[in-house]
Amino acid sequence: MKQVFKKPSSMTDTPFSYCAGCGHSIVHRLMGELFDEMDIAGDVITVAPVGCAVTAYNFFNVDFSEAAHGRAAAVATGIKRVHPDKVVISYQGDGDLAAIGTAETIHAANRGENITVIFINNSVYGMTGGQMAPTTLLDQKTTTSPYGRTAEREGMPLKITEMIAVLDAPAYVVRTAVNTVGNVIKTKKYIKKGLTLQMEKKGYSLIEVLSQCPTGLGMSPLDTSKIWINKMQEYYPLGILKNKYDI
Amino acid sequence: MGEKVLIKGNEAMAESAIRNGCRFYFGYPITPQNEVPAYMSKRMPQIEGTFIQSESEIAAINMVFGASAAGARVMTSSSSPGISLKQEGLSYLAGAHLPCVLANIQRGGPGLGNIGPAQGDYFQATKGGGHGDYHLIVLAPSTAQEMADLTYAAFDYADQYRTPVMILGDATVGQIMEAVTLPDFRKEPLPNKPWALTGAKNRKANIARSYFGKEGELLKNNIELQKKYTLIKKELVLYEEYQTQDAEWIFVAFGTSARIAKSIVNQFREEGKKVGLIRPITLWPFPQDIIAQYADTIKGYFVIEMNYGQMVEDVKLAVSGKVPVEFYGIAAGFLPYELEIIERLKKLL
Amino acid sequence: MKGQIKIDIERCKGCSYCVNACPVKILKMSEKTNTHSYQYAEMIDMNKCTGCKACAIMCPEIAINVWIVEE
Repeated sequence: MKQVFKKPSSMTDTPFSYCAGCGHSIVHRLMGELFDEMDIAGDVITVAPVGCAVTAYNFFNVDFSEAAHGRAAAVATGIKRVHPDKVVISYQGDGDLAAIGTAETIHAANRGENITVIFINNSVYGMTGGQMAPTTLLDQKTTTSPYGRTAEREGMPLKITEMIAVLDAPAYVVRTAVNTVGNVIKTKKYIKKGLTLQMEKKGYSLIEVLSQCPTGLGMSPLDTSKIWINKMQEYYPLGILKNKYDI
Repeated sequence: MGEKVLIKGNEAMAESAIRNGCRFYFGYPITPQNEVPAYMSKRMPQIEGTFIQSESEIAAINMVFGASAAGARVMTSSSSPGISLKQEGLSYLAGAHLPCVLANIQRGGPGLGNIGPAQGDYFQATKGGGHGDYHLIVLAPSTAQEMADLTYAAFDYADQYRTPVMILGDATVGQIMEAVTLPDFRKEPLPNKPWALTGAKNRKANIARSYFGKEGELLKNNIELQKKYTLIKKELVLYEEYQTQDAEWIFVAFGTSARIAKSIVNQFREEGKKVGLIRPITLWPFPQDIIAQYADTIKGYFVIEMNYGQMVEDVKLAVSGKVPVEFYGIAAGFLPYELEIIERLKKLL
Repeated sequence: MKGQIKIDIERCKGCSYCVNACPVKILKMSEKTNTHSYQYAEMIDMNKCTGCKACAIMCPEIAINVWIVEE
């Protein structure tokens, strides 16, 4: 008998503190698998956001820094400039990256900081109980958009990833999801490419992951996966938005 | 000793930082400290250091957090409104026990204010402008020479105590050009930082954090912080006594105010009047013991500040009502008017 | 190819991703609950397992280990 699937060694035994069906858990595991497979656990420094993943460091055996809300890209910049040969990841949610952190996100991308940004987009603010996010969809009801988002009142959902893709410096910008086996496998490939580009000093990459937040959306995990993530893709289509290197 | 140069306070500060191992500077332009990012942008590439003009003061302090967590000697600088922006970051740095040096070259406030010299950020600097129970070590240079010397020392204090250190200057001491003997380049290796984020190869993972959600953990971190501050209060109180031995009235003033106070002391001493000056150099920890000590023997203290009364409260606390504490304050970008102070002091003597 | 899986029922939060992902439909949600009060996933017929790992790939909790039974 050959074991073909087990917990990555770069992850701790601590069970995830996330809700049932949460996309964070899946993406965390993909990162752990890649740290093992690429043998980089000893070189990785990850910046955790403010949000549900604020204590992401509990689940990994790698160096971590917290960051003030929205500032992970700036913290990652500081770390990467000190350790250009280490693998620096900025892991952020939609509020962290696209609301309070918009300036830091755009400028780190524009400077072409040699980091890998993993953007968990679940269309809602999970940690604080389900408020509207920049990526909340039109008509979506949240605790701070109880009548449903409208373009006139709250503005259209922000296409931050498209904005980043327009910049000159970023090497790789992609939007993916983790709601199906196929998408999970693709997401792992995309994150691997982002990390590889960093290690080859080829610049900045952003991997946006449409992610299930069953609690924030008030739906079952499977409904979130099948209905909501598909609905998100109508406005936020999956695909490669920018690709400088075919590796 | 390094070379003697005619140099602006702001630039003396920047060069001294570099000479004590600072190789990372992140900052944003704001008058009256624009010489600092400009100097760093030119100097850092010369020594294989890193300069980033950040997108804001907020981004800068968070880059400082990252670089400090990664184990580097790192600096940022700004002026009053920009320092307000950095307060959250400073609270995080303090809570995470991270060293750094930052300079506040104060200007007139509140709000956008003006670009003249002021000391209106004393409360913000010493009582903790950010949230939570923490302190910065606060150093108050009075001359361009002290901009150099105190900044050099600040990096050692920061690493020794694992805490942010603030150079609290003002537009005058930042802009003034004086003869300065620059410090020598540091020869000793930088202190080892086993807690730094360097990649967890062959060791347990390090985490830079100020968030402690599990029961009792935040209390533990706060107890550690308070222990540290008690130690700093014991070990790092710096001040200058000038003509205090037989003084009947003693000025208390810091930074640029102290220069004016000193010149008034000289004038009165020439006429045989017994006047002196205590010049706090660390504003936190505040030199309360020496001020309490003289309160037993003198007739009174005369506090001069470029604000409406901030450090005077700490003087009054130290004096505990034993003697009168007179106050002269001027703000909004103006320097203290010597003649007014002289007239008031004549009446007191 | 024959496969074998083991589900750590204490880690399972009952999200049902594995049940939904299994291409041969041999997983189901149990009526029983674990000590955290989650209904957990359980195997219907291990003999039909192909070792495709779809369940483990979808499982957010890393609750499933997979083996290939070598011929």
